[in-house]
Amino acid sequence: MPELKFIAMGLSVGLAAIGSGIGMGLLVGKALEAIGRNPEATPKIQTNMILGIAFTEALTIFALVIALIIRFV
Amino acid sequence: MVSIVLVPEQIFAIGAMPVTNSLFTTWVGIGVVIAIVLTVRARLSLVPRGMQLVLESVYTFFANLCESVLGSKALAEKAVPFIASIFIFVFAANIIEVIPGVGTIGIRKEPAHDVEVPVEVTPPALEEFVPETETPTGYYAEPYQVAAPEKIIEEAAEEGHLVPLFRPPSTDLNTTLALALISVVVTQIVGLKALGVRYLSKFINFSNPISFFVGILELISEFAKIISFAFRLFGNIFAGEVLLTVMLMLVPYFVPLPFYGLEVFVAIVQAFIFAALTLIFIKIAITDHHEEEHSAQGRHV
Repeated sequence: MPELKFIAMGLSVGLAAIGSGIGMGLLVGKALEAIGRNPEATPKIQTNMILGIAFTEALTIFALVIALIIRFV
Repeated sequence: MVSIVLVPEQIFAIGAMPVTNSLFTTWVGIGVVIAIVLTVRARLSLVPRGMQLVLESVYTFFANLCESVLGSKALAEKAVPFIASIFIFVFAANIIEVIPGVGTIGIRKEPAHDVEVPVEVTPPALEEFVPETETPTGYYAEPYQVAAPEKIIEEAAEEGHLVPLFRPPSTDLNTTLALALISVVVTQIVGLKALGVRYLSKFINFSNPISFFVGILELISEFAKIISFAFRLFGNIFAGEVLLTVMLMLVPYFVPLPFYGLEVFVAIVQAFIFAALTLIFIKIAITDHHEEEHSAQGRHV
């Protein structure tokens, strides 16, 4: 049933984005706090922040891959 | 209908080896990178300008990153070629997706035999002849118009579907899986070479039950790294390609521009992530945990 596929696509990514969004919000918040305390260390903090963001975003990307598999395979 | 397929299609064959569009694009991308580097190398100057400046800044960035993560300059010099190569290859593979023509210029194949042509959508005049099994969702009593997707599939089945000639290499799970395997296997080899057989005690450790359990977890986590590397890169770039295709299908002028910017940013960041994570895992692999423990205990005495 093609409608269930669409629902499954939407739900999978939508639910995965909840956790990822909260995680990234916390991460970037702490990074901004750290930059505020020590503006000289900004490049180091930024680099590590981008690294952390890639990790948490990867979880949503996994869900997106599952969604694409549901739809196109 | 836009051509969004998960598996890259074969466009020609060299002897008995099938060549898919992503493999072909990989060769073209490698050729362009080699051409750029050789052109710059032919006219090196002491004060870099232009493309030489760009390449030198990439190298310097990774040399500094390796030195700050690995600790010593000697180790950094050994690691930089591998890490910078990963970055350059993954960046080239990612950035191909924003080049116009990639994914759109292709060969139109005849209607494939495996495309299911669904039952025809009844025009309104012939409704009285419709047996109830013709609606695909026969659960519904009233004729349910799911005409849109099937009509599109029908049209696509009539005119064949487009097989793109170029496809960004990172959208092929084979490429990303190969890169992930290379990364993880090289990490293991470097760890074995640096620590000898004691590197295996990270995974198989019989000193106490907790260490045994932690060893099993470490082993599983190595395999999880392979999956995570492969799918992170694949998912980001493939989803970006789908996003660009859909945006261009909806509004072809001006509106997709921010999405192109996003894709360029994602290309750079994902390439950096791949290289930096490999570097960090190498650092973890060559760090000797037991010596740290023993030296810490020794200091307390």
